[in-house]
Amino acid sequence: MVKQGVVPDDLTRPFFEAANEGRLVVQACKGSERLYFPPRPASELGCSPDDLEWREVSGRGKIYNYCVVYDCPVATLKEDIPFNLAVIMLDEDPSLLMYSHLPGTAPDEVPVGASVRVIFEATANGQKVPEWEIVS
Amino acid sequence: MTTQMAPESMYRSTEGLGIWEHRGKVAAVGIGHSPTARRWDGRAETSVGALSILALRKAIADAGVAPDQVDGLVLVPVTTTGAHWPADQPVPMDVVNAFNPTDDPLDGVGQLSAEWLLKNMPELTNVKFTMYAPGCMSAAIVVAAQAVGDGLASNCLVLKGWHNLEGRYNHGGISAADEVPGTFALSPGRTLWGAPGCYGTALQFAQYCTKYGKHHDMMAPFMQNSRRNGLLFPEGYWAQHRPEQLTPEDYLSSRWIAKPANLFDNDIPIMVAAAYLFTTADRAQDMAQKPVYILNHASSRGVARSITPTLEEVETETATTGRKIYEGAGITADDLSFENMYDGFAQFHQFHIEGLRYRGMQPGDALDFYQTDISIEGPNPILASGGNIGSGRSRFWMHTDCMQQIQGRAGARSLTGVKPEIAVSGGPMPMGGNFTVWSATPD
Repeated sequence: MVKQGVVPDDLTRPFFEAANEGRLVVQACKGSERLYFPPRPASELGCSPDDLEWREVSGRGKIYNYCVVYDCPVATLKEDIPFNLAVIMLDEDPSLLMYSHLPGTAPDEVPVGASVRVIFEATANGQKVPEWEIVS
Repeated sequence: MTTQMAPESMYRSTEGLGIWEHRGKVAAVGIGHSPTARRWDGRAETSVGALSILALRKAIADAGVAPDQVDGLVLVPVTTTGAHWPADQPVPMDVVNAFNPTDDPLDGVGQLSAEWLLKNMPELTNVKFTMYAPGCMSAAIVVAAQAVGDGLASNCLVLKGWHNLEGRYNHGGISAADEVPGTFALSPGRTLWGAPGCYGTALQFAQYCTKYGKHHDMMAPFMQNSRRNGLLFPEGYWAQHRPEQLTPEDYLSSRWIAKPANLFDNDIPIMVAAAYLFTTADRAQDMAQKPVYILNHASSRGVARSITPTLEEVETETATTGRKIYEGAGITADDLSFENMYDGFAQFHQFHIEGLRYRGMQPGDALDFYQTDISIEGPNPILASGGNIGSGRSRFWMHTDCMQQIQGRAGARSLTGVKPEIAVSGGPMPMGGNFTVWSATPD
């Protein structure tokens, strides 16, 4: 599956630069030690801009649940239907969620609750994004 | 007259506010609906502007109010079902010039302004209060009820119109682009992972089935009941254009969109408009229809922690919403004669009614409840209107039904297993919606 290319912007550049280096980072507020994903401006997080940083996480998680997409609005993915679209809970904070196509897992054969680890996959323009594979 | 978006202070969005200060002092008296259509055919007389004017005039006439007695108008300016007027396509000027236009040619075609409506309804000579509400009728009702209670208007029209253009929404624009901005790629909802519109709700439903041991097939009686009720709603799309009962076999054999959500779990976008006339409880006594008193309005402002609301977040929020609804109305779940919570994805109706603790339901109970008698003839009616599933995407069938049932003019859809005295309607989303409690009496 080839995802649309991604053009990092000011808010997300640290996330995507880390992805190109094979690291998974999320926002963290040093004052509260609270983690955040997806990225948001400090003003929306109740965190002082000076306290907001990008923090590397383990890249380990669990499958919250999933759907099988049969009708996809994104042009580049239409030829790949049906495909899994799961939500991953990060081990560091299970309330932080990321999407995954679960590469290597057949459609509708998703073990809910299973452990996963992050991998990094190139999109159409070469920018890498996190994906997740089941830990056997 | 400049029209503002309603301030957040008009909504009751937290617990602990006590009884609504205008409980029983505001009433709905008039209802007006336009005809429905699947899509706009390009004619002026079928535009969302024309449909809206028609609905407003019907609501005024239904209430038995002289147009010059109307002094308020609350509407939702956004009219799209998801498709927006293409930026590279000119708006047809023959349609624009069939009305008294504003500076924006999309007015009446792909959006609505109070200015446009008042220019095209010259009989409304005394409107002094106008206000916008976001999203859907549920929000407009809340704003209008609060406005009448606060004395900002005495006879206030409430309007929601929808336009539905050709094409599949969300398939063009950024979904068809080769590259997307980083913020979009990581944002909740539609991203480069290709989630269709129903994905978030389908995911919550998948988790619901996992958590409580339920299955998609258990939705079939609810879907059948909703279409049945919708076919008894003469104002609705399916009743007007495709009077076909949905069988469990039809439902269960339908194609998947995002399994476990299939085609019928999604509502069908349509062209339609509806309007209501709200007034004070005192004035309502002199009007043509039996007043339907508003006991409370409550709003949900739940925010997901991450990219999509989880089932657990939804269940927490709907329980909070239920408590807010009852607290402000001074009632309990036992006082509800029936419910008309939103269903514009079929798979979150159960979240709404479990949050209400309707008929004593707890989280995880609704799909078993659907296997019992949930008909309008029984003691435990579910979604008496049939909702969006029964009549097409309007997000207002449930409000109209509450009024018509309580007024005793729901026709073939009339409840016979319960006496319609107190009902609740609202939506859209379990995390983010506006809800109203309707009553046959003011106390």
